[in-house]
Amino acid sequence: MPYSLRFSIHSDSNSSDFALAKRESDIVISVRELRKSFPNDEGIDVNVLEAVTFDVHRGETVVIMGGSGCGKSTLLNCLIGEYRIDGGSIHYHTQQMECALDITESTEKQFDGIRKRLGILFQSGALFNSLTVAENVALPLKEHSFVDDSIIDIVVTMKLQQVKMLAHRDKYPAQLSGGQKKRAGLARATSLDPEILYYDEPSAGLDPVTSAAIDDLIMDLSKKLNVTSVVVTHEMDSAFRIADRMVMLDKGRVLKIGDRGEFERIRDADPRSLTNDNEKLINQFLNGYSEGPLTDAEGLSQFERLLING
Amino acid sequence: MNGERDTSQTRQLSSWPRRLAEETGEFAGGKIDGTLAIVESIGETGYLLGSTLKWIFKSLFQKNVTFGRNALAEQMTRVGVNSIGIVILVQMFIGCILALQLAPTLESYGQLEKVADVVAIAIVRELGPLITAIVLSGFAGASIAAELGAMVESEEIKALKAHAINPIRFLIVPRFLSTVIMIVGLAVIADVIGVIGGLLTSWFVLGISPDAYMESTQNALVTKDFITGLVKAGVFGALVSLIACHAGMTVRGGAVGVGRATTSTVVKSIVAIIGMDAVFTAIFYSFGL
Repeated sequence: MPYSLRFSIHSDSNSSDFALAKRESDIVISVRELRKSFPNDEGIDVNVLEAVTFDVHRGETVVIMGGSGCGKSTLLNCLIGEYRIDGGSIHYHTQQMECALDITESTEKQFDGIRKRLGILFQSGALFNSLTVAENVALPLKEHSFVDDSIIDIVVTMKLQQVKMLAHRDKYPAQLSGGQKKRAGLARATSLDPEILYYDEPSAGLDPVTSAAIDDLIMDLSKKLNVTSVVVTHEMDSAFRIADRMVMLDKGRVLKIGDRGEFERIRDADPRSLTNDNEKLINQFLNGYSEGPLTDAEGLSQFERLLING
Repeated sequence: MNGERDTSQTRQLSSWPRRLAEETGEFAGGKIDGTLAIVESIGETGYLLGSTLKWIFKSLFQKNVTFGRNALAEQMTRVGVNSIGIVILVQMFIGCILALQLAPTLESYGQLEKVADVVAIAIVRELGPLITAIVLSGFAGASIAAELGAMVESEEIKALKAHAINPIRFLIVPRFLSTVIMIVGLAVIADVIGVIGGLLTSWFVLGISPDAYMESTQNALVTKDFITGLVKAGVFGALVSLIACHAGMTVRGGAVGVGRATTSTVVKSIVAIIGMDAVFTAIFYSFGL
């Protein structure tokens, strides 16, 4: 069992030990040394995630960010069990579980138990096109609860009201805008009152106003439902608005884990004043500079640099 | 100069065997890859069949496992009811063609009235189920593959799994059952329409009275002809649905992938149907059925 998942508290521990142990007992998701590779065109395995390690605590909003192709989506797919990982562990410890469960070693039935405590908002909304918005939200309830249809209808109404989509309950996904699809997806993701909510690029493809509205919704849901949120995004405005803590990925490695304040300090710093290579790289990413260690590392040719810099 | 030419000729000579070896290797490698892909595809389809049957049995014996009667009814309408028109049309033509093709040969033996016998046996034992399955592979199989492929691409399958809803139970089982059930029903319709096609052609073109035609048909057919035909139809339906579901669920590469899945469903289904038909014919022949 990973060190962070030792939840026992000794009777002679001092207050700081107690606080630490309490913090550790609050861990809902614990990722240790996670590795994932995919074969390239020549059939050679290329590492997409290398020794990724981080924890997510109960009730917090963690933003996982990084440039395109850094492994964010792969990490999310590993966390939700869509991809089988090559090494490491992913422990979940939801409120109803007596001890943490490593999903890499769990049976499908055990993991289904965890899945019922997770909600996922997919990038496209991933609504079922053959069902109306209300039917989409009702589906997980119909599948996993044994309550009467009239009660399901009440829950669906509440969930749609929560995301301000009640007026669109009888529409099909094809009749909705991008923002409405995300709202409906969020209503479906929260239909079983999950403990953990995953968001895959919640602001992608949305105008700034709709994007801000989705961010407000995420914060509102986190507060009202007291859920733990894991948000995968590269929209920096959105990330800094909603995050309690942030995880920065680059080329499948964790560059930095820290509070929002730490990342704000790096973002606002003069790049020349930064001495740490990782911080320079994070500074470039957060500010969206075309020049810096991130693009240099990607190996821009002289011709490409000329094109960018003029 | 001579030296330079010699060197260049030597290089050319040494390069063509190498190129030949490389190209042969690439060709052989491609064939091996292709064969492995086919074997893999057959294995995956077999696994899909096993999982589908497992969920069907579970839904029969466990109260908390359901696959949705509404979904089954919806798929039965889509696969079966919507295919009735095209099956009737095609089978009517088949009946007419058979009667007209057979007439000159039978007439030369003075056995024109045997048209009814041959048409009936050919339709009920062979062409009814076969043509229905081929029509269904293009009509329903391609549609199932495209629908599931689009669901994969729009992350709907991923969303199902994320909500702990098994995609095989929720999507594959209704499609599998509806195809198997409806193809048997369609094969019965195809048998009747094929015989009617032969009857109409014989009546209006060959001058055989409907009463005589029907009497010959009844005398020619026995129960096992129907049963073997319907068993074949059921198996063809299972093949079409499994191939379509497998192609749909394994779609990669966006719209191009969906297009590829629909095409491959039709091609693989037709090959599998005819191959299975040959196996059935051999088995029925060996057992005198």
